[in-house]
Amino acid sequence: MSDVRAPVLLRAEGLVKTHHGEGAPAHAVRGVDLTVTRGEFVAITGPSGAGKSTLLHLLGGLQRPDEGSIRLDGRCTDSYSEARWAEERRSGIGIVFQFFNLVSNLSVADNVELPALLAGRSPKQARAEREALLAELGLQGKERSMPGELSGGEQQRVALARALVNHPPLLLADEPAGSLDSKGTREVMRLLSRFHQRGQSIVLVTHDARLASAADRVISFFDGRIVDDAELDGTTPSRGPGISGVLELRD
Amino acid sequence: MRLPLLALLARGPAHGYELKQDLEQLLGSAYPQPNVGQIYVTLGRLEKSGLIEGEEVEQTGRPNKKIYRLTDAGREAVSVWFQKPEDEPRVRDEFFMKLALAPQTGLADQIALINKQRRQYLNTMRNLSKLAAAEGRDNRIAHLLIEGAMLHLQADLDWLERCQEELEELE
Repeated sequence: MSDVRAPVLLRAEGLVKTHHGEGAPAHAVRGVDLTVTRGEFVAITGPSGAGKSTLLHLLGGLQRPDEGSIRLDGRCTDSYSEARWAEERRSGIGIVFQFFNLVSNLSVADNVELPALLAGRSPKQARAEREALLAELGLQGKERSMPGELSGGEQQRVALARALVNHPPLLLADEPAGSLDSKGTREVMRLLSRFHQRGQSIVLVTHDARLASAADRVISFFDGRIVDDAELDGTTPSRGPGISGVLELRD
Repeated sequence: MRLPLLALLARGPAHGYELKQDLEQLLGSAYPQPNVGQIYVTLGRLEKSGLIEGEEVEQTGRPNKKIYRLTDAGREAVSVWFQKPEDEPRVRDEFFMKLALAPQTGLADQIALINKQRRQYLNTMRNLSKLAAAEGRDNRIAHLLIEGAMLHLQADLDWLERCQEELEELE
């Protein structure tokens, strides 16, 4: 689908994941092949329960597939231990979640600096990265706040700063606007677009088409499978009224 | 175009080009730019039907311009317009017809139809996002117009998703 010259950042092949809960087994991911090239912004959309979050968790090593293989930057992850995946999530992959998952008893500054320190940065470097990101995300003056004192939109921006503090090649976002109002959603959309324009590779899971339309490529996920994979080029076929038709005020 | 022009004239007299500019400024870049010729034609018709009246104003060194004002009948027409609720937006009935009829023809696949339609909507959604980003932050009316269009599209996309869930089960 994407530019053949761009280097592949992530390649998943034949992923299968079945959840064995109380009832019948749930086939969350049923044979998924997915390639993401460097710099690409891919959105995965579909109804709730389609398995799209499970897919994202497989890509980030938060869950392990029953079958299939994932390569990150050419490295095969199949034999990765939990510890190796945790390391990958500190420096190779940033993740943001619907409910932010900030550490509630750490300040905003500490939440953002912690992964940098864990990755071996000096306190001075961690602090500089944190300052730059919080400024970029419009959170100056909130360094000493606790997550609980912030609005949902602000907490998600802190989570974004935390995810990006080690400059991971890949950002995974799981319904990042799922618990935000429409203003917060627009804000997340604007920020993801901005980081993408600077070359950040992003895989976004969302049921919100507005958010998905910020991506270059939208994958429709149904019942554990990819049913469509479309490049958005921002052009609509000329036969349709397209954008002006949607906006036309009737006479 | 008739009633928006009348409504603009309810504020006070204006000439055609002024009305075009006011409309553009109010609605922003998202709205298809009104054609100045169309505005003059509409103003001519409104004058003929007695809803507005025009007065030629001489200008030195330039052609006369015509200043229009609202008549009592015109003011009444604007009031009636505001009083009446509008029809609901149309359902995408042409697409629905394709979806309903496809299996019987053997000429198209329902899921392929849905996927094609979804791509179209997503591309339009992307264009709307770009327009929203380009529009000045303080033009609230323009932003509301774009947001309204996006919410309509979101609903259409949700409905496509419902169709897909329902029809994939049958397969």
